[in-house]
Amino acid sequence: MDIKEYIESGILELYIYGSLSAKENEEVYEMLQKHPEILVEVEKIEATLDQLSAASTTKELSKLYDTIAAKIEANEQVPVRTLARKRSNLPAYIGWAASIALLVGLLSQINKNNKLREEIVSTQIKNQVLEGEISVKEENLKSAENLLSILRNKDIIEVPLNAQAVDPSAYATVYWDKEKDLAYIDVQGLPAPPPGKVYQVWSLKLQPLTPTSLGILEAYKENKNKVFTVENTNDSEAFGITLEPEGGSESPTLEMLYTLGAVES
Amino acid sequence: MQPTELIIALRNKDKKAFEEIYKLYADNVYGIVFNILRNEDVSEEVTQDVFLKIWEKIDSYTEKKGRFFTWVLNIARNAAIDKTRSKGYKKSGGNLSTENFVDILEDKTNFNAKVDSIGIKKFINGLEPLCKKVIDLLFFKGYTQKEASEELEIPLGTIKTRNRICIDKLKKVLAV
Repeated sequence: MDIKEYIESGILELYIYGSLSAKENEEVYEMLQKHPEILVEVEKIEATLDQLSAASTTKELSKLYDTIAAKIEANEQVPVRTLARKRSNLPAYIGWAASIALLVGLLSQINKNNKLREEIVSTQIKNQVLEGEISVKEENLKSAENLLSILRNKDIIEVPLNAQAVDPSAYATVYWDKEKDLAYIDVQGLPAPPPGKVYQVWSLKLQPLTPTSLGILEAYKENKNKVFTVENTNDSEAFGITLEPEGGSESPTLEMLYTLGAVES
Repeated sequence: MQPTELIIALRNKDKKAFEEIYKLYADNVYGIVFNILRNEDVSEEVTQDVFLKIWEKIDSYTEKKGRFFTWVLNIARNAAIDKTRSKGYKKSGGNLSTENFVDILEDKTNFNAKVDSIGIKKFINGLEPLCKKVIDLLFFKGYTQKEASEELEIPLGTIKTRNRICIDKLKKVLAV
């Protein structure tokens, strides 16, 4: 490229004006780097425009600098404070530490809370079981009290039944309520019947010996008091309990007579 | 001259360097600003803003983008033009479109040691009316070549060379 022609084109004046595009500016910049004579021309143009623009000033401006410097000082107050804040990260660290501590605390509280909930649930289950047990016991107590009140009735006839040859340790008691035609058989003293066998209660007339079945003691295991209630409309003279095959027998199997007792007259 | 040393110092927020930059360019900035605004108080205010911008934006200047002188005057023009668009701006007297830098130069006595005021006056006296208008629009007002060609009703292709001839004359008068 002809340097002189380039200078004569007038592009350098526009370059100093600032009226070229960014791309054109870069092109001129490259030319300046390569060709010192172009740089010389640029500096001449700049010096001319420097004078021209400075000559358009209508005021003495040296005092204005103090105002500008003061404004910069004022603006710097903000960044300085920011720096001071940055320098000390302690509040931030404390903040983070506090947050972490709080988080750990919360997690442990949640953990504790869960454990407590579990404990509450298991306690509730235990309570329910205990309540169940209590209600069973209350029921048992009621039936026992009921039984006691029956046995204490003065009209009840108590008939102790004594052990026989089969089992010398066996004993039982019959409480007979003649008014109500009921007999309460207390078999606490009898061994539990072997599988396939049941106890059967007999009302006896002695002269001649006539047994009448009062019934078998069903659900023997389930009856906790081991006091069974049977109907007795007979004019009984004695009571006996035999061990019979399941379902009971027509007449007592005397070899299996466990207890026997006569009614006092 | 590119004030390379001062630019580097300015990037490091050196206030001494900033003061030097102010001394170097305050008259240019004010000259450009006043030419657009034609109000001394407002021009002073805008000149302050321009130098605050130079202080703040110095990192955005690179030599590849152009001369530092050009960068500074661009900030000045833009700030002044922004001001003309702002609410409540009213220039004191005259009509902006018919005024150019020449009447300012004719009015004033020399304020600035670096300016050859006698030379400037000689230049103005010998300058063609079209030269005055071209320099005023392109340099002082920041028009593009296209805008200037439309405003002056001369072909776009002749703007660049016309302007070159005008500046060349000024250069000779000032013996730069």
